[in-house]
Parts: sequence; C-alpha cells; structure tokens
Amino acid sequence: MVRTRAAVVAGKAARMASRLRGGGSALPGLVAERVDPGFLAHALSRVSDGIVVVSGTNGKTTTTKMLVAVLRAHGRTVFTNPTGSNFTRGVISSMLGELPLHGRLRADLAVLELDEAHALKFAATVKPTHALLLNVARDQLDRFAEIDHTAGLLASLAEQTTQGVVLNLDDSFISRIRDRVASGVSVTWFGVDESIADRLPELQEQDVRFEDDFTPPTAGPDDGLLKPHDERSFSILFGENGSAAVGPLELQQRGLAAMINATAATTTARSLLGTCFDPRVAAEALAAVTPPFGRGEVVMVDGQPLELVLVKNPAGFTVALGTYGSTPVATMVAINDNYADGRDVSWLYDVSFESLRDRGVSVTSGVRGYDMALRLSYDDVTVDAVETDLDRALDAFLARHPDEPKRIFCTYTAMMALRRTLAARYDLPDIGEEAK
Amino acid sequence: MTAHDETQPGGIPGDVPIPGEPATSARVPDADHEGKGVIHVVHLYPREMSIYGDLGNTRAIAARIRRHGYVPVVHQHHPGGEFPEQAHLILGGGGQDSGQVRVEDDLERIADRLRSMADAGTPMLMICGMYQLFGNAFITVEGKRLPGLGILDVTTQGNAKRMIGPVVLSTDFGDVVGYENHSGSTTLGDGQAPFGTVRAGQGNNGTDRTEGARTGNVIGSYLHGPILPANPALADALIGYAAKLATGRPFEPVPQDDGLADEARTRQVRRLVKR
Repeated sequence: MVRTRAAVVAGKAARMASRLRGGGSALPGLVAERVDPGFLAHALSRVSDGIVVVSGTNGKTTTTKMLVAVLRAHGRTVFTNPTGSNFTRGVISSMLGELPLHGRLRADLAVLELDEAHALKFAATVKPTHALLLNVARDQLDRFAEIDHTAGLLASLAEQTTQGVVLNLDDSFISRIRDRVASGVSVTWFGVDESIADRLPELQEQDVRFEDDFTPPTAGPDDGLLKPHDERSFSILFGENGSAAVGPLELQQRGLAAMINATAATTTARSLLGTCFDPRVAAEALAAVTPPFGRGEVVMVDGQPLELVLVKNPAGFTVALGTYGSTPVATMVAINDNYADGRDVSWLYDVSFESLRDRGVSVTSGVRGYDMALRLSYDDVTVDAVETDLDRALDAFLARHPDEPKRIFCTYTAMMALRRTLAARYDLPDIGEEAK
Repeated sequence: MTAHDETQPGGIPGDVPIPGEPATSARVPDADHEGKGVIHVVHLYPREMSIYGDLGNTRAIAARIRRHGYVPVVHQHHPGGEFPEQAHLILGGGGQDSGQVRVEDDLERIADRLRSMADAGTPMLMICGMYQLFGNAFITVEGKRLPGLGILDVTTQGNAKRMIGPVVLSTDFGDVVGYENHSGSTTLGDGQAPFGTVRAGQGNNGTDRTEGARTGNVIGSYLHGPILPANPALADALIGYAAKLATGRPFEPVPQDDGLADEARTRQVRRLVKR
C-alpha cells in the first residue's frame, strides 16, 4: 500500500514534469512501473464491468474512441488511454491523472488501445475481460517480423481473455482465432453486409494459408454487419434480418474504414451493455465523434481546410487513397523512417498511387522524401518539388496552393512534427487533448 | 484491379496486381509493336513470395525496359502453373515461412529448367527467401536440412536472432542501398562470389562483411527496398543481359534521367556509412 502510494506520487510528479516540458506520454508510466511493478493490476482491481482491450493493425485509435463514446453515452464511466500512446506505460501514464492516492481507479469500464505486442505484456499483468480484435496487416515488419507472427500474438491475447471476444468476420487471420478462445468465453462478430463484400480486398491482407479445413463463420443476430447506403450514410445491422439496426447515421470521419471501425465499436458496446444498449443513443454518440488527430483531422489554414492523414502500412495507405480519391485536392506526402514510422520504406511499393496521377503531387518530404518521389515516378505521378525538411516543405506547399483545400499524407513522426508547426501558427488542440 | 485476380483453369490462382503496371502487362505485342525487341520477364510466386514490396522490382524492370525502347511481357509464375515458354529475366522475392512452404514442391518441379537457364546466362535476381531457396540448403533452428536448388553455392542456417536494418553495399554495380530483414544466417561456399561488400548493416551473416551471392548473371541478395528502383545501375545491368538474350544483339540502352534514384541512394549512403 505504501509502495503504491509512492508509485502514484512519483508517477504524478513525473507526469507534471513531462507536461511542463511538453514531452512524451510514456515517461510517467515508466516511473510508476519502476516504483511498483504490480501497479497496473492494483489500479484496475476495482473496475467492475470490464477491462476491454482493443487491438489489431489498423483503426485502433478511431475504434477505441468510438467505443468509449458509445459507452459513455449510455451513462457508463470509462477509463481509456486517449493519447494514442498505445503502450502499457502510456496506459499507466494516462491513468495517473485520474488516480486517487490509494491507487485504485474509479470507473465502470476500462477500454484500452494496445498494439499486438503490448497487449500481451498487459495481459501478463491484468487479464482482460473482453478483447476486440480488428485486423491483421503488414505494419512495421521490422518490429513484428511477419504477419503470421502478428496473428499469433492476437490469438494469444484472445486465449487469455476471460469473458468475451469480438472478432472480424471478414479477416481470416482474425476469424480463425475463434478456435483459440477458452470455453465459456463468448464470441461475437462484426463484418460487412454481403452487398459490399466486393470491396473487402481493398481493405485487407491476402491470406496465403489455404489448404486447410477452415470454414468461415456466418453472422448471427448479436453480430453487427455494416450496410452503407451511400458514400457517407450507413447502418449497422443486428437481429434477424437487421431488425435491430443502429442508424442510418453519418460519421464525421470519412471512408469505409471508419464505418467498419464504427461497426466494430458498436458490436462491442452492444455485447458489453446487453439489454441496456439503445440503438438511438449509440447512433447519436457515433455521429458526434470527432476524428482523432491525424486520422482525417482538418486544420483551417488561412480560410482553407488542410487535412492531415496518417499512413503507416500498405492497407492503410490504400484505404486512405480510396477514401480521399473521390475529392482530389493539392497533395503533399511526407515519409520518415524512424522506429515509429517503420524503418523499412519498401511497403510504399505495395500501394498503388494511380489515383494521384491526374492531379499530381505538389511536394514530397521527410527523410525519405526522394524515395517517395521515386516511388511516385514509377506510377507516372508527377511531383513538383522534393524538400526533405518538413517545415520548409510545409511552407512551400501552403504558398503554392493558397486558395484551395489541401491534404498531407504522412507517417507518424512526420505528422507529429508537422502538427507541432501547425499548432504554433494556427488554432489547434494540443496533441492528446480533445477539441471541446 | 480485380481484373488480374481471376482463377485460372485447374484451380491455380490468377495473377496479382503489380502497382503501376498496366493491365496488359502480360500480353505479347503484335509483330509491328516490338520496339527494339520483346523481353519476357518472369516473377516467381508473386502471391507467396513478395512480402516486402518486392513486386516493385518487377514494376521497375518493366518500366525501364519500356524506357529503353524494348517491350516487356510480364509473366507471373504460380505454384502448379505452367512455366512460361520464353523467359529472359527472372525475379523472386521474400516471403513468410508459410509462403515458403507453399512454393517448395513447385520449385522442385521447375528446378531443372531454372538450372539450365542459369547455366545459359539468363539473368535472375532472387531476394531474401528466394535467395535462400536458390542456395544449397536451409538448416532450421532444430537442425533439419531442407535442400535448395543449388544454383548459388550458399548455405543458410536458421537463427533465433533477426538481422534487421538499412544496408549499404559496394558492388560491381556501384553503391547499392536497401533494407534487410532476415533470421537466416548465410555462408558462402569456397569460391562463391558475394553480390557485394557490406559498408553498413549485417549482410549474409553479420560477421564476414559479405552480402548476397553472384554466379554469372544470377544474383541473390537479402536487400529489400525494393532493391531496383533506387539502384538503377543494377536494374539496367539485368535488362542488358536479358536484351542480349532476347534479341541476339548487344543491349542498346537509352540514356535515363535517374536524378531521383541517385538522390535517394546517395542520401542513404551519406546517412549510414560512418567515415
């Protein structure tokens, strides 16, 4: 107990110090973890209605935000890690702001976004009651090495989950995990309605492991299926023949991927809330969710919208190009190769950039700005300028297109740097804080 | 995009899209549209063995063949499929273990054809997993010996530790940059030439500063990136061998503007090589 109190105090102090420096979100968590290794388990011991882990390659941040919004709209108090620092220490760091000194969190539910490897580290300390597993795609292969390995990490997470898992019906890396959950643990599915099944290949990874007897699952009444009505409007079908649908509704964030994330979040919320789930409340909550920073966030620059789109792997970049391809605007692409970006830029050759061909790209930037321009040249996309320095590239981009909407596709650290510059000049919420 | 992905007769999966390549990429041109000559390119197992953007090599080769005034025909060879009758340049990439297992039987089936083409001077570029399979053997961590094609005199030992990171090499084709990501540790046989000497990174095994292997016009390497776009001298060398094989005449190149590739490459060399 004394030790926990010391950990909370030390962690809070580190959190204050790192806030003052405007710095990283994982350091205070590291301090608390050093002082009391059992900290996390203790802190979560009084969370009564469930500890939910959201994992998978793409859409974790958006889905987590939507799930939390739907649960809160139903009157639940929810602890989450909203900074997108999806590591165990990031979870502890964000917890420190809310913890009383006895070190136990007061919340009905905890909803935590964790990447595949850190989800397992977390499960080693605290067994999740529920897990939502989104998808498996090539991402930062220098960290996880192989897709099969990544899928294995998620399967292991599902095995350690104690009450219920929510799985992606359409991603066979995920749907196979069905056979790995413990007996008595419920399996709920989310997926797309057959009317749009032909759009799945643009969203996910090729699974080369056939020649086995795996039969894909079919959806039941408690499983959620996405049915889009047009580019923006959609419903999530539940019940016999969709009799208990959520929607029609429109999200603030565009694109099919965001609709699938909403389907995953809603299916999970419904399984957590049971009979308390209200489709109307859920639809209202989803419609009010603002895009997390960097996921289609819009900054107003001199009266024109500038959209920041995070890209980190072939599936994500392909979806982003498909989502925004219908409205071509002035475009910049910024590629860095730090650890958080993925150090290997080979994946750019698994993305087709043909949708940028008509309009061309104004500037490529980042440490690998020349590699990006070279990549685009092989898709016959013209590039007006290459400027590896991000601030100079941003200035050139804004100056070239003063009176029109603009869009920047960027890797993680490039986005952080660009956002820092934009925040200094324009009205932007701080990273990790929500615009009210 | 989905037009490529149709199942062929006999249940053999169809071609995968190669980003940037036209849908007619695999079509043989009419006699009056052959340019300086038709060069048949074969990508081995694109579905199973091209995980780290290695299809970009095939796109770069096809695009540059066109820029040099020749006409490429891009074939994709899938497990169980019929190997193309004509083949002047062969490319292969890296895969996961599950992909590697799926191609082993087929590779054995076409082994004699590949060996005789290698002997006849057909240029081949085999990256990562396919480089290992072109060697004598792969010995797993458990000590099990899986035989390879033996076109390159190299042996690979499975390893618990992965060698991952950016690489710079000195090669017969000048500086070459790329990215390695392999757990196999490869040793060259006596007299086997490497593809290059490591200036930054690990290479074949992290100890002897060799990277890849080269026998005649067959090159094996661990380098993704993909390797060809940023290293056009290597791409053009392979095209040159293939053009001669296809036409019977010496390669007639057209001068290329490789400014972007040269910037991308020299910047990586400057970042990575400690002086």
